[in-house]
Amino acid sequence: MIYEVFRQERKGQAFQHAGSIEAADERFAESYAREQYGRRGESQALWVVARDSIMRIEEFVDELNRNYHRVDGYPLKEKLKEARERAGTAAPRDR
Amino acid sequence: MKERAQLLLEIADDELILGWRDSEWTGIAPFLEEDVAFSSIAQNEVGHARALYELAARDLGTTADELAFDRKPEEYRCSELVELRLPEWERTIARHVLYEQADAERLARLKTSDDAELAGLAAKIDREEVYHRLHAEMWAERLQAEPRFIAALDELRPLVDRRKGHSPELAELWDEMTSVRRSQPAGTKW
Repeated sequence: MIYEVFRQERKGQAFQHAGSIEAADERFAESYAREQYGRRGESQALWVVARDSIMRIEEFVDELNRNYHRVDGYPLKEKLKEARERAGTAAPRDR
Repeated sequence: MKERAQLLLEIADDELILGWRDSEWTGIAPFLEEDVAFSSIAQNEVGHARALYELAARDLGTTADELAFDRKPEEYRCSELVELRLPEWERTIARHVLYEQADAERLARLKTSDDAELAGLAAKIDREEVYHRLHAEMWAERLQAEPRFIAALDELRPLVDRRKGHSPELAELWDEMTSVRRSQPAGTKW
């Protein structure tokens, strides 16, 4: 069985894919995940999930080429800036 | 020799020699994940040995390195179980299972000792051994119906508490284990 491991580096941060491990069952998966992604204090938490349990979506149909659904070529940055200036509110702090 | 130091050496020798033997799987364990896990267990055992040697060294007025590497093979107090070179995975796992059971009982006794230093160190070691035991139990469960594993358990069980004398394999291991230290030119400081 293949298990995918997601790692949270610090509390509150998003989990990121760390890698995958092969294990006979969930208990082995837990043990191996702890060893490979947790023993150096590099993780706050782990998500370990059987690859088979992950729903994968990779087909995104757009038969009629409705490119007006897309945002490319439609820069908002300038418009937002002007709107903010008119409203007198500062831009939110960069994240 | 002081009684406490003797007890400490017995456990430390078990952990050092077993850690050394287990580390022989590094790079050649049955699969990658197990390689990482088992190597980590081996490292932990050597770490436990160091802590135990340090305590014994204080009692005996020497150093941990001298206790670990400067004694003659026949002076080691480890059980015959940990000495053997076991190039078969099912025998290695059988030893792992038997050792963790015996070690758990030993640590449980030490944790209730009146000697606060000893009880404290045992508790610290036991917190890591929890994961070794989980690992051993998972494998035992997985191999429980495997005839080679059952035969290995039967073969090795009598060696768990055998501490009188050593197998010739300890001398071979000792030779390898201490070769770097023995090659130290006089006066060298590590």
